[in-house]
Amino acid sequence: MRVPLSWLREYVDLPATETGRDVQAKLISAGLEVETVEQHGDGLKGPLVVGQVLTVEELEGFKKLIRFCTVDVGQANGTGEPQEIVCGARNFSVGDKVVVVLPGAELPGGFAISARKTYGKVSHGMICSSDELGMGEDGTHGIIVLPPEHEVGTDAIELLQLVDEVLDIAVTPDRGYCLSMRGVARETAIAYGLPLRDPALLDVPAPNAFGHPVKVADPFGCDRFTARTVTGLDPEARSPIWLTRRLQKAGMRPISLAVDVTNYVMLELGQPLHAYDRSRVQGAIGVRRAEQGERLTTLDGVTRELSTDDLVITDDRGPIGLAGVMGGANSEIDDTEGTTTEVVVEAAHFDSVSVARTARRHKLSSEASRRFERGVDPEAASAAAQRTVDLLVLLAGGTAEAGVTEIIAPSAPHTITVPADHPDKVAGVTYGRETVVRRLQQIGCDVYGQDELLVTVPSWRPDLTDPNDLAEEVIRLEGYENLPSTLPRPLPGHGLTERQRLHRRVGRALAGAGYVEALTYPFLGEAALDQLGLDAGDPRRTLVTLVNPLSDEEPALRTTLLPGLLGALRRNDGRGSHDLALFETGLVFRPTGEERIPERLPVDRRPSKADLAALDAALPRQPRHAAVVLAGAREQAGWWGKGRPSDWADAIQAARTVAGEYGVELTVRAEQHAPWHPGRCAALYALVDGTETLVGHAGELHPRVVKAMHLPERTCAAEVELDVLERAGQGMLAAPRIATFPVATQDVALVVDRAVPAADVEAALREGAGELLESVRLFDVYENAEQLGEGRKSLAYALRFRAEDRTLTVDEASAARDAAVALAGSRTGAVLRG
Amino acid sequence: MSAPNKSYDPVEVEALKPEQIERMRDEALAAFAAADSLDALHEAKVAHTGPASPLALANREIGALPPHAKADAGKRVGMARGAVNKALAGRQAELEAERDARVLVEEAVDVTLPYDRVPAGARHPLTTMMERVADVFVSMGYEIAEGPEAEAEWFNFDALNIAPNHPARTMQDTFFVEGGKGEDSGVVLRTHTSPVQARSMLDREPPVYVVCPGRVYRTDELDATHTPVFHQIELLAIDEGLTMADLKGTLDHMVQSLFGAEMKTRLRPNYFPFTEPSAEMDMLCYVCKGASVGNPDRPCRTCSSEGWIELGGCGMVNPRVLTACGVDPEKYSGFAFGFGIERMLMFRHNVEDMRDMVEGDVRFTRPFGMEI
Repeated sequence: MRVPLSWLREYVDLPATETGRDVQAKLISAGLEVETVEQHGDGLKGPLVVGQVLTVEELEGFKKLIRFCTVDVGQANGTGEPQEIVCGARNFSVGDKVVVVLPGAELPGGFAISARKTYGKVSHGMICSSDELGMGEDGTHGIIVLPPEHEVGTDAIELLQLVDEVLDIAVTPDRGYCLSMRGVARETAIAYGLPLRDPALLDVPAPNAFGHPVKVADPFGCDRFTARTVTGLDPEARSPIWLTRRLQKAGMRPISLAVDVTNYVMLELGQPLHAYDRSRVQGAIGVRRAEQGERLTTLDGVTRELSTDDLVITDDRGPIGLAGVMGGANSEIDDTEGTTTEVVVEAAHFDSVSVARTARRHKLSSEASRRFERGVDPEAASAAAQRTVDLLVLLAGGTAEAGVTEIIAPSAPHTITVPADHPDKVAGVTYGRETVVRRLQQIGCDVYGQDELLVTVPSWRPDLTDPNDLAEEVIRLEGYENLPSTLPRPLPGHGLTERQRLHRRVGRALAGAGYVEALTYPFLGEAALDQLGLDAGDPRRTLVTLVNPLSDEEPALRTTLLPGLLGALRRNDGRGSHDLALFETGLVFRPTGEERIPERLPVDRRPSKADLAALDAALPRQPRHAAVVLAGAREQAGWWGKGRPSDWADAIQAARTVAGEYGVELTVRAEQHAPWHPGRCAALYALVDGTETLVGHAGELHPRVVKAMHLPERTCAAEVELDVLERAGQGMLAAPRIATFPVATQDVALVVDRAVPAADVEAALREGAGELLESVRLFDVYENAEQLGEGRKSLAYALRFRAEDRTLTVDEASAARDAAVALAGSRTGAVLRG
Repeated sequence: MSAPNKSYDPVEVEALKPEQIERMRDEALAAFAAADSLDALHEAKVAHTGPASPLALANREIGALPPHAKADAGKRVGMARGAVNKALAGRQAELEAERDARVLVEEAVDVTLPYDRVPAGARHPLTTMMERVADVFVSMGYEIAEGPEAEAEWFNFDALNIAPNHPARTMQDTFFVEGGKGEDSGVVLRTHTSPVQARSMLDREPPVYVVCPGRVYRTDELDATHTPVFHQIELLAIDEGLTMADLKGTLDHMVQSLFGAEMKTRLRPNYFPFTEPSAEMDMLCYVCKGASVGNPDRPCRTCSSEGWIELGGCGMVNPRVLTACGVDPEKYSGFAFGFGIERMLMFRHNVEDMRDMVEGDVRFTRPFGMEI
């Protein structure tokens, strides 16, 4: 809502010294979001006067047609001689009254006016357009042509009210009444403690049976309909300057007198109005829901298929308007031909939900629908109709017909019972009953009672329904800025849960291992899954799809973190960072196919356990995953020596790092799983309740995936499900026993078939070595067909033995080693390398 | 070489004459002083203190002296050998010190060499910012509550007093999940973390003190100031007798913890369906502390010289929300607030473009390290 300060002063006697910024501060404190205060006419300096065009000489030979005019500006130029002015506009004729700025003046934006030579003539000033004067759009796209009654030489700054301040207020949904001068004036009056001159306090004739016939078939959708008729309008009558200027400052474009008047009254009182050309309305005006298949061409020229939920205004032909949203073209006031001489004025009250739905359905938000959605004062309808009639009579020479149609569905005023100390309890401040009652009366409530107040809320505040709404009114008027600052004392807490700690630990561990966290969007499409090379039956292809995705290419939610993370990897690579290690943890979305569409649950009580369970059953499974991706060097080359490229082993190690935070040791097995390289993919398992359970995969990506996704060569990745690791977690770590007797070290080199997994050899060594074994470490892998034979490899292990209670003899250590080698031999075919 | 004299004949032993001993001593001292390396000193040591050195030989001759002369000669030789050994030790120490000093010089390296063998990792500043804010409240006794991101509409809207016709429930703002066969699934991507508040109230008996950090979704295209996927933290306190003053105090405490002891907040009336009364919360600009207001000489970029930074929304939990979530509004009241982590990161760390926070560029994230 744009509020000119000059207009506001009409209803509240603000001190003359109050500036727009002062009013802004007061209103902000009262809860109106005054976003800006525009300074109209800032820097404007006269002389700026009314002139009359005396002669027009067309100058030719230029790129466009230019006029050389003489203009009578009276005594404003000091001589009374005609003023010679060059003008590029063409929308005026000899005899027209125009606005002339004379040398010495300054226009907004620091534009100083002086006599200057142009197009071969000297122009002593300028004939002004509304744009040049900072007045806003007037639809003429040319210079201002004033009504003929204004005398030459009159000060146009005053006439056009060019100096003003305009407050721009973002009205919240609960304050529909502030979409009017009346409402903002009310808040201003309260904020300043001044009386309000309520523009809705008008004498309105009683309804009678002679007015334009109206039939309301849906009293819920339309609980009030006032119709008034004005005849004998002068089709030539134009809106006076004061009216068009107020519309412009409020951000509306003047159109025609009848339309301007309805817009003006809407701005003034907040009541949307519609003026029908009576000659184009056939029979009674009706209000009903649209019928199947009905269509309506609205004023914006769009033909709309109506829904049976749309509330429409009809005449004998069918719909002539979308109630509370926009009128139809078929009953429009004729503002081009100027033939309308009789109008029927509609001031009605429509159900806010119905209007909101219709506006949304037709993607048609109008000044009217914005107001009805937020609540319009039903009691102001007849005053608004009266005000419209009065202005039409005054400005267009019309005659108000005696007929007054008024249809009202009976309704009781809304009352709220509230303890007088309720605002105190909400605020934590002792206001006292007197203050509470006074504040509630200020906003227009009727208040009765002592400790228990019976509050009747004013008709323009449909948002006030609950005790807390009244508390807010009191607290905001007493000032949010005056609230004290106290601290509640929660019960002692337990800190983070184990699960929350673990999520943080995973992030820290990966970052500590050199990975940089990325938080990627979870949107993806089939194409991403195709690039990953997933089989048709892969569970990661079962997607949660969005009805309204931002991009049709990515209509679904991620089932794996890899597409997003690989996208970030590629972006970094493309921007010149080639040595990359990234990680992400987050939810993936895995529909089970068992999701049920839930009932709409009540909100007036706690839903039952079963109802709540049904809500959860509607949701897809959303496990938390962690993933890493790597490319380029894991260790940089430098003055210290060579670097090392990241490889499949880093990816697996990252998974181990994550599992380690959960106290889980992963079992690694070679498997084939998209999107990994079939020979470089590890499946990772952990024991959950004694059952080996898949945790995730790690390794190098399939070359086809690398190519399809334009990734750096040999990109590696790992992805694990943290929820599985949580279930596999070992709980509290048992501290190791530290034996102080000396260690006995034995190295063995075992030759096995190349296909034998090192993990199997190590497991056999561990088992065979028995209790004395402290650790096994593989320190070398060696392949050489000449020395070892074709398809064989040598695995060199360092075995460390130690006893808790004695120094081991060489024989004891050797015996343990031999047992280890023997078991490795029988399990894996390993033979000691000679 | 001569064998020890066992005959005890009163012979004059040339080598034990005082002038001879002094000469031997002086020669040794001179040799040590002349030794310019540890190797040279070692040679001098062998020559002058070894078993074949003149002093050692002289020492052996003492036995051949008559008993009356032994004491004299022994004293002389002993004193000479003492002086020689002392000189040797002194020279040894000197030369070792010289060598050590030389080795340390030789071993010196260029400590300005750069080292980025394994570049450091980092956590995303949005993650660490969210944790940091949450930890302010955890230290006060609050719990952290979490919930699903694909959420039932009832939790995201209905329970929070957002009626079915509310503008927030249109496809302009909210991502809706497809239900299959064109049906309404009743599931949305949560538009705020408030559904976690609703779940917290349903899961717990009051009093409830929780913070709800997390990822939320709105149908905004990504640009410098918008992102469809962003992060929020919300707080909910439900207890007997909680007031707006408690809300104000809690907000003040938070901004003091995050931005310094002299910080404070300001509430301005606003409207949200889930709170009543509702307020917009601003915090004092932590950079200019309001000094830039009306002071064109000291403009503040952080707050655009407004003196205050808009933080988010807050208010007293609407009793309708309490009712829907099974909390008796006659007995309990509560307050809630929420704000965007991206926004806080932007003004706390001068991030100028939202895209920097969502693209995962390591150059942006790495400097933030492990904590924020």
